[in-house]
Amino acid sequence: MSAHVKVREREKLTLAEEIEELTGINSLKCYQCGKCSAGCPVRVFMKVPPNKVVRFVQLGLEDEALRSETIWMCAGCLTCSTRCPQNFDLAKFMDALKEIAIKKGVISKDDILKFHKAFLKQVEANGKAFEFGLIRDYKLATFNIFQDLDIAPEMFFKGKIKLFSHRIKDRDKIKKIFDRCKE
Amino acid sequence: MMRIGVFVCHCGENIGKTVDCPKIAKEAVKLPNVVYSIDYKYMCSDPGQNMIKQAILEHKLNAVVVASCSPHMHEKTFRKACAAAGLNPYMCEIANIREHCSWVHDNVEEATKKALDLIRMTVERVKFNYPLSEIRVPVTRRALVIGGGIAGIQATLDIAGAGFKVILVEKEPSIGGHMSQLSETFPTLDCSQCILTPRMVEVYQHPNVKLYTYSEVENVEGFIGNFKVTIRKKARSIKESLCTGCGLCVQKCPIKKAPSEFDEGLANRPAIYVPFPQAVPNIPVIDRTVCTYFKTGKCQLCKKVCGRDAIDYDQKDELVTEDVGAIIVATGYKLYKIDKKARDSLVKGYGEYGYGKYKDVIDGLQFERLASASGPTSGEILRPSDKKQPKKVVFIQCVGSRDPSKGFEYCSKICCMYTAKHAMLYKHKVHDGEAYVFYMDIRAGGKGYEEFVRRAIEEDRVKYIRGRVSRIYEKRGKYIVKGEDTLSGVPVEIEADMVVLATAIVAQPEAPKLAQTLGIPYDKYGFYAEVHPKLRPVESSSGGIFLAGACQSPKDIPESVAMASAAASKALVLFGNEMLEREPIVAKVNENTCVGCFYCKKVCAYNAIELKEIRDKKGNLVKVIASVNTGLCQGCGTCNATCPSKSIELIGFNDEQIYYQIKAL
Repeated sequence: MSAHVKVREREKLTLAEEIEELTGINSLKCYQCGKCSAGCPVRVFMKVPPNKVVRFVQLGLEDEALRSETIWMCAGCLTCSTRCPQNFDLAKFMDALKEIAIKKGVISKDDILKFHKAFLKQVEANGKAFEFGLIRDYKLATFNIFQDLDIAPEMFFKGKIKLFSHRIKDRDKIKKIFDRCKE
Repeated sequence: MMRIGVFVCHCGENIGKTVDCPKIAKEAVKLPNVVYSIDYKYMCSDPGQNMIKQAILEHKLNAVVVASCSPHMHEKTFRKACAAAGLNPYMCEIANIREHCSWVHDNVEEATKKALDLIRMTVERVKFNYPLSEIRVPVTRRALVIGGGIAGIQATLDIAGAGFKVILVEKEPSIGGHMSQLSETFPTLDCSQCILTPRMVEVYQHPNVKLYTYSEVENVEGFIGNFKVTIRKKARSIKESLCTGCGLCVQKCPIKKAPSEFDEGLANRPAIYVPFPQAVPNIPVIDRTVCTYFKTGKCQLCKKVCGRDAIDYDQKDELVTEDVGAIIVATGYKLYKIDKKARDSLVKGYGEYGYGKYKDVIDGLQFERLASASGPTSGEILRPSDKKQPKKVVFIQCVGSRDPSKGFEYCSKICCMYTAKHAMLYKHKVHDGEAYVFYMDIRAGGKGYEEFVRRAIEEDRVKYIRGRVSRIYEKRGKYIVKGEDTLSGVPVEIEADMVVLATAIVAQPEAPKLAQTLGIPYDKYGFYAEVHPKLRPVESSSGGIFLAGACQSPKDIPESVAMASAAASKALVLFGNEMLEREPIVAKVNENTCVGCFYCKKVCAYNAIELKEIRDKKGNLVKVIASVNTGLCQGCGTCNATCPSKSIELIGFNDEQIYYQIKAL
C-alpha cells in the first residue's frame, strides 16, 4: 500500500510562504490585537503600524508590505516579540521582510538601507558600533552632509561621539559571523 | 452447531462507495458456519433491523455478525434487534468496515478484500461467544454535591426536590461561591445576592439536604451507585450546635486587620469571622493563622463574650463517612492573578502590567466588590489607593486569556459580558466619569447579551477600543495605559485613575488533586473533562460522577445553572432504579488456577481487584486469591494481559476469541 499525496508545483511562493520558509513564522498566527504597535518605541515615526504590515502579508498584499517604511523603521528592540500574546516573533518577521525587499529590489527608503549598511560596516570592522564612522559613512553614502549637523557639538561634548574607534578583542569571531552571513 | 448470519451495511455511500457490499455478502455466505448473508443500504434503519430479526427466526440463527460502522455507534442497536428476535444480545458482534476500512481507503478492490477479511475474523470470533446477561448492582439513592456555589446549590436543590437525600460539601465557611461576591448580574442587572440568598437559605432549610461547610472531600471509594466518601470537617473552633450566630465574638475580636477573602483583599476582617452577613450557615470560624490565642496562647476574648460557650479552641478536624450513589462535582473556578509566577509555572504573569504592584490596577472580582452595595465602599466606586473617586477608568479584556505566551490559549468566555457590565455600572455611578474598554473581539453570544453590550456603547457611552494594551505604568498618581486602536491604526495613551483587568478564568488550584481522588480525567489547564463534548457534556468518564459549572470550563451563571440541573437529572436517572444494569464485559478470575500473586491488583487502574479467601469445609484458609468487583471493573483487559498464570478472562474478549480472530486473517 502506498500513500497518495498530491504535490502541487507552484512557480512562485507567496510572501507569507517565503517568510515562513525563511523564519518558520506562520503569518496567520497573528490575531491583530495590536499589542506590538501599542508598545513599539518607534511607532510614532511610522505611517503604517507594525500589526498592519502583518495584516498586509496575511491578505497577500505583497507590495504594501514590502514597500512600507515600517519594516525599515523597526529597530529590532524585541519589545513586540516579548509582549506578543501569540508568541509571534515580529522582529524576526520584520527582518525577513527587509531581506526579501532587498532581494526583490523594492526598497522604499534607500537611505535607510544605506544607514543599515554603514552600521554593519562599523560592526564588521570594530566588533561594535562606532558612531563617528557610522555618521561619516552614512553621510558620504547619502550626500546628506548637513543633516542633523547642529546637534553634533553637543553630542561630542557629552561624549556620545568619539573620534577614534574602540575595537573589541576577538574580531576574528565577528568576521566568522559576517562570513557565515555572506555565504 | 453454529448458524451464523452476516449482515452487510452500505451506510449509504459511506461504506458502499469504497466497499463492494453485494459482493462481500455473496462471499460471506461461503464461510464455514455462515448460513445466511445479505446486504442493505442502511442496516440500522427499521427495515434493516427487521431483516436481522426475520433472518434469526427464519434461518434459526444463533449468532449474528453485522458488518457496519464502529461498535461505538450501533452495537447497542443491533444487539437489541437480536434480543427482540429471542437471541442473546451478546451473540451479536460488529465487524467495523466503515471507520476501519471504507473511510480510510480509496481503492475499491483492496477495500473490499479487507472488508471481507474483517468479516471472516469476526465470524471466527463469534463462534466462541456465549450468552451473557447484564450485571445488576444495587444503587444507594443519595447524592454528594462537591462545591456550594450556584451550580452546587442548584444541583442540590433539584435532587433534594425530587425526594432524594443530598450531601453538600463546601470548603469555605459559607455556601454561595463567587456569585455571592458579585454586585449585579448581566444582562438584566439584577442584584446577585438578592437572587442567590433565597436559594442558599432553601438549601439550609431543606429536610433532604445535609450541609457540610468548611469541609473537604478527603477520599472516595467504590463505584457508580455505591460510593463511600470520607469528608474532612475542618475545625471551625466553634461548636456549631451551640452557636446562635449572634456575632458578639466577631465584634469583640481585637484582630481587625486580616484581609477579607470575601472582599478580595479590599477590606479587612477579624480573626473570628463570618465571611459575609448573609452567610449560610451564619456560624463564625476562627482563622487560626491570625488568631492571637493560637499564636500566643493569650486573649480568649471571644470565649469570654460567648454566652453559649460555643467557642472550642481544642476542636480537631473530624472525618465523617457517607454512602452515596452519585457524585456531582461543582468546584468552580479561580481568577488568574497577574503576579510574578514561579519559574516552573506554565503561566508567567504580566510584567508590563506591573506584576500586580499597582494598587489601583485591580481584577474583575475586586471591581465587583467595589460596585457591590455590601462591599467595602458600600457600592461607591473609590480607588483602593487613596479612596478617591476615579474619573477615568480603563477596563482591559483578555488578560491571561487567549494569550499562550503568558497565560492560557482559551477564551474565558464571561469577561466580554462582565466588562460591559462593569463599565456600565461605573458610568451609572460616576456620571462625569469616562470608561474605556480595550477588547480584541466581543463575544456576546447569549440571550440579550449583544443588546447589553450595544447598550453600554450606545447609551452609556463607554468607549470601546479594539486593541491589546502593551503597557501600564504609574506617573504622578495616574496610570498610563499604552494601547493602539487597531481599527483606525492610531496609537492610544490614556491617563487612567484606575485600571480593571478582566483576568482569565482558571481552574481551582486543587482541581487536579480532587480529580485524582475521584478518578476523573482533567485537561492540561485543570478543568474536568466530560465524556463527550456534545452529547454527554455533564458526565465524567467515571460512572456516577457528573460535572456542573465552571469546574468543567469557564461559564456564566445561566450556563452553570443549566449544567447543574442537567447533572442533577443524570443523578436522578440513576436513582430511578433500585438496581443498576451494566454490560457484562468484565474480568473474571479462574479460582482454580489463580495463585494469588496479585499482579492484577497492581496494574488495575480502577481498584477493581479484591482479595478473596478460599476456605475448606472446616473453615481452614486454603488460599487468598484475586476477585473482581464487577461494579468497578471497566473491562479494560489490563489484568488479563498481566496475569502470569492466565487465570483472568475478560468476558467477551477471551483468549479463544482473540486467537481465532487473528488466525482467520
